[in-house]
Amino acid sequence: MTFDAPLQLRSGASIAGYTLAYETYGTLAADRGNAVLICHALNASHHVAGVYEGQPDSEGWWDTMIGPGKPVDTDRFFVIGVNNLGSCFGSTGPMHLDPQTGKAFGASFPVVTVEDWVEAQARLLDALGIGQLAAVMGGSLGGMQALSWTLQYPERVRHAVVVASAPNLTAENIAFNEVARRAIVTDPDFHGGDFYHHGVVPKRGLRIARMVGHITYLSDDVMNEKFGRQLRSGLDLKYTTQDIEFQIESYLRYQGDKFADYFDANTYLLITRALDYFDPARAHDGSLTKAFAACRAKFLLVSFTTDWRFSPARSRELVKALLDNRHDVSYAEIDAPHGHDAFLLEDPRYLALVRSYFNRIGAEAGSQP
Amino acid sequence: MSDRTTMQSIARLVPEGSRVLDLGCGDGAMLDYLQRERGCSGYGVELDDGNVLACAKRGVNVIQLNLDEGLTMFDDSSFDVVLQVDTLQHLRNAETMLVETARVGRIGIVAFPNFAHWPNRLAILRGRMPVTKRLPYQWYDTPNIRVGTFKDFEVLATKNRLAILDAFGLQNGQEVRVLPNARASTAVFKFERG
Repeated sequence: MTFDAPLQLRSGASIAGYTLAYETYGTLAADRGNAVLICHALNASHHVAGVYEGQPDSEGWWDTMIGPGKPVDTDRFFVIGVNNLGSCFGSTGPMHLDPQTGKAFGASFPVVTVEDWVEAQARLLDALGIGQLAAVMGGSLGGMQALSWTLQYPERVRHAVVVASAPNLTAENIAFNEVARRAIVTDPDFHGGDFYHHGVVPKRGLRIARMVGHITYLSDDVMNEKFGRQLRSGLDLKYTTQDIEFQIESYLRYQGDKFADYFDANTYLLITRALDYFDPARAHDGSLTKAFAACRAKFLLVSFTTDWRFSPARSRELVKALLDNRHDVSYAEIDAPHGHDAFLLEDPRYLALVRSYFNRIGAEAGSQP
Repeated sequence: MSDRTTMQSIARLVPEGSRVLDLGCGDGAMLDYLQRERGCSGYGVELDDGNVLACAKRGVNVIQLNLDEGLTMFDDSSFDVVLQVDTLQHLRNAETMLVETARVGRIGIVAFPNFAHWPNRLAILRGRMPVTKRLPYQWYDTPNIRVGTFKDFEVLATKNRLAILDAFGLQNGQEVRVLPNARASTAVFKFERG
């Protein structure tokens, strides 16, 4: 969907004539009370569930969670997936032509924040005729958008489901983002962000960014269990420094290669920056409790015990801020070995919990299961 | 101790419309009852995954926390009532949690199995640890790591400067106010900071 009216961004810049790619699943109820917005994290898109016709490998990124008969049941809810501004899956982003210059935005694409994304999503809902969401849901950076929804549009959100998220990034977390950004920016093929004109892609930088990211999404335990010290070929050391010898090296390089083939380097910079900037307490003297005073939604928060990038302690900070304000909140800490990645995986306790929560939302909304 | 009359006896101690924190809330039945019958609101705290799910199914707010890690998430006097129904006996830090209960709640209500109930005394006289309907476990597999009596709790409460507002025993769903230490399998205390 294309929006002609300029969107004022937090940075002071604005963007006009932008497009948002979105998908919907299920049917909007006559009273429009069953809409659920799904917010994506770093490298995902509007394609949250199901497969495209004739493309069996095109499974949506949260297909374990969303679909007919799934925890977020599209037979019951009208689910909206939207690709964020600045991303690279169809919505306006740095690879698109800047109408003012006739050239790709590249590095000149304005810096976007979580709050800007929420504004853009709100305009999409306006256009779809949806006033209030039954729920807004997301994991990681998507969870930050869900949180921001409850603060920016308290009256438009009945429930927020926030998984493996945090009230802001820690210094360590920003540090990881910075390593990834430097890997991209220092790649000679990056050309200051304007690599599109040079017909190249800073794949080396993207690969390293993804490798670093991937390490932080897994837990030490699961990495040891999956790869341990296994060698890739044969049973002996080859005494090389540059060959792939350990299985973990092979895995990371594979993940890096795959990612560099489809992801945009400028998008990576923009999205990690949005992560760094998110900090709703900042405008409230650093008090998260004050930040959440105005919200009206009910919350389900979930964290995973081995997630060290968005640790349970960070979710507990959010729980405390909600408790301090006497908001309705439930919080589960799922004992899963998979680190941050667990939020995308099939853990029966996690899925059953979200299913029960959405059953309650559905019962409130008056729709039949 | 999930039977209805017992639950009602304890629920009667909770003022109508209270904001309640239920420590070790199990499947959320008590909070659900308090919300529906006594206009209360609040949260349960529970460690077990199955119970957390049961609470979600009932629509009771539940926070998954290990009580052995304390109640730092909750501010002083942030609840009207803090409940510990059949929870105290499972806690390593039982004394700390009792003090924490009184800190977070304006009123604390604690219920636990009374080890001095006469059938238990009889079993000990016979030289065996009691195994009863109320304490159904063998000594080697019991989750009740703190076994205390009605009288013991009075002593602990005094030591921690808690003012007991009401105390009675429960036996077969009936309140026992005469000789509860011998005649009741469950001890119930309502208290506040002294």
